Amino acid sequence: MPRNALTGTRIRERRVLIGLRQADLARAAGISPSYLNLIEHNRRRVGAPHLKAIAQALGVDPAALTEGAEAALLQGLRAAAAAAQPPVLPEIDRIEEFAGRFPGWAALLATQHGRMAQLEQAVERLTDRMTHDPHLSASLHEVLSALTSVRSTAAILADTEDMEPVWRARFHRNLQADSERLAAGAEALVAYLDASAEEETGLAAPQEEVEEWLAAQDYHIAALERPGATVSEPPGGVLATASARALARDHLAQYARDARAMPLAPFRAAVEEEGPEPGRLAARFGVDVPAAFRRLASLPEVSAGLVICDGSGTLTFRKGVPGFPLPRFGAACPLWPLYQALSRPMVPIRALVEMAGRVPQRFLCYAFCQPAHPQGFEGPQVLQALMLVLPLPAGAVGPLQGVGVSCRICPRAECPARREPSLLAAG
Amino acid sequence: MDKHVLLIEDEPNIIEAIRFILSREGWKVSAHADGTTALDVIRQARPHLVILDVMLPGQSGFDILQALRSEPGLETLPVLMLTAKGQGRDRDLADRYGASHFMTKPFSNAEMLQEVRHLLGQGA
Repeated sequence: MPRNALTGTRIRERRVLIGLRQADLARAAGISPSYLNLIEHNRRRVGAPHLKAIAQALGVDPAALTEGAEAALLQGLRAAAAAAQPPVLPEIDRIEEFAGRFPGWAALLATQHGRMAQLEQAVERLTDRMTHDPHLSASLHEVLSALTSVRSTAAILADTEDMEPVWRARFHRNLQADSERLAAGAEALVAYLDASAEEETGLAAPQEEVEEWLAAQDYHIAALERPGATVSEPPGGVLATASARALARDHLAQYARDARAMPLAPFRAAVEEEGPEPGRLAARFGVDVPAAFRRLASLPEVSAGLVICDGSGTLTFRKGVPGFPLPRFGAACPLWPLYQALSRPMVPIRALVEMAGRVPQRFLCYAFCQPAHPQGFEGPQVLQALMLVLPLPAGAVGPLQGVGVSCRICPRAECPARREPSLLAAG
Repeated sequence: MDKHVLLIEDEPNIIEAIRFILSREGWKVSAHADGTTALDVIRQARPHLVILDVMLPGQSGFDILQALRSEPGLETLPVLMLTAKGQGRDRDLADRYGASHFMTKPFSNAEMLQEVRHLLGQGA
């Protein structure tokens, strides 16, 4: 077990070791299975009472589960330090001392930094919306146009005493039509602003909502694994916004297609036989390589991380694994095999990587980029690259590529691909 | 001689209202609703004043104003810009491209009359 494994990871490993099912541990510890699942994926911090109950159920000392659990906290603190502006200069070299001596203050700082980053994102989204939203602009224009006509026409009717009946009737008709139009326009505007209040003041980006929802079921959607299963509507309670539900709907549809092409039992057998090698699995099931990537990431026992990016390098899907953190916001490490794949479409890339950190961890990555032409020969080429992150198999050999999470919080001083200085002390 | 006001605007009821209030003052008012052909219409009609809306189908009022100001004989034609967006940006653009005056919707009829009088050199 790596020294810096997080508490959730330790709980999971210990549970698997003693052959306990997630549901059974959850029951023994008096928490819900989905909550335990979040804890095991380090998505939730486990509080002291729950930790005690879990440790008891696992037959270990609570300290055995938490030792080194400050790793997540340290990462949060480093991210906060990286965002500091001169003349504020956090003592980065004493970051562990700080976390050790003042765990409460340290946790507060890390949490607030995360919250601040969320708020900044929300403000950015709202600003974008106000300045660039064509619907808002068109609605306002419609209302103002109708209002202009109403104001002018009403003034004519009020001020003109000797108006011919024909004209008077015509202006009355115009007034009537424009006031209808004004009412409809105002109503549409209010409905729109109401909807966007619901949509956009939510702090979690839609993608994050979907990730939480998928993490809670370990990225494995049992309901779609039965033969002949049909895609149902994503749950509204967990996915608060319409954008998140739309993303989830797309994900479910794709999951269902993948599950049909690679049914669970034969696919598991094939993984058993071939190992988690997406190229060979794709060939065996006659599917494209990205489908095999996705299918592998849907099997909890494979413990595969999966990241997907579009042609701009923006991460559109993130399934992390312990020891291979994914950036919450902004761009990732340019040395990820993912981006090498993006620059070489259709070339399969297999790479052994070492993630920078206090205790560097090694992984096997498969990356692949597939161009699509949804509008045919005349339309634009749409690129999508995927990267599967697997535990390093015993005996794997090959050159090791050093990677990080994102430049600003990466300790590799001598990186040839660095795009901005790191604010971390080396090491 | 009757002064001729050409109104480039695509909202029929606004056209009707403006036409009514200006005609009543004795001016001749004609209207045109399409942005793409507006410049041709202005060239042929040679009005004394153009009232030009910004949001037009085909071509924006700003494009028309720019073209108009670079055309010999039309550089000094009085142009009253109308816009439903009163933000500074539109006002700045109107200034930069050489509009004679800028008015936001919804305008008051009195305001419109006063400005047209002023631009036709008839004072209040």
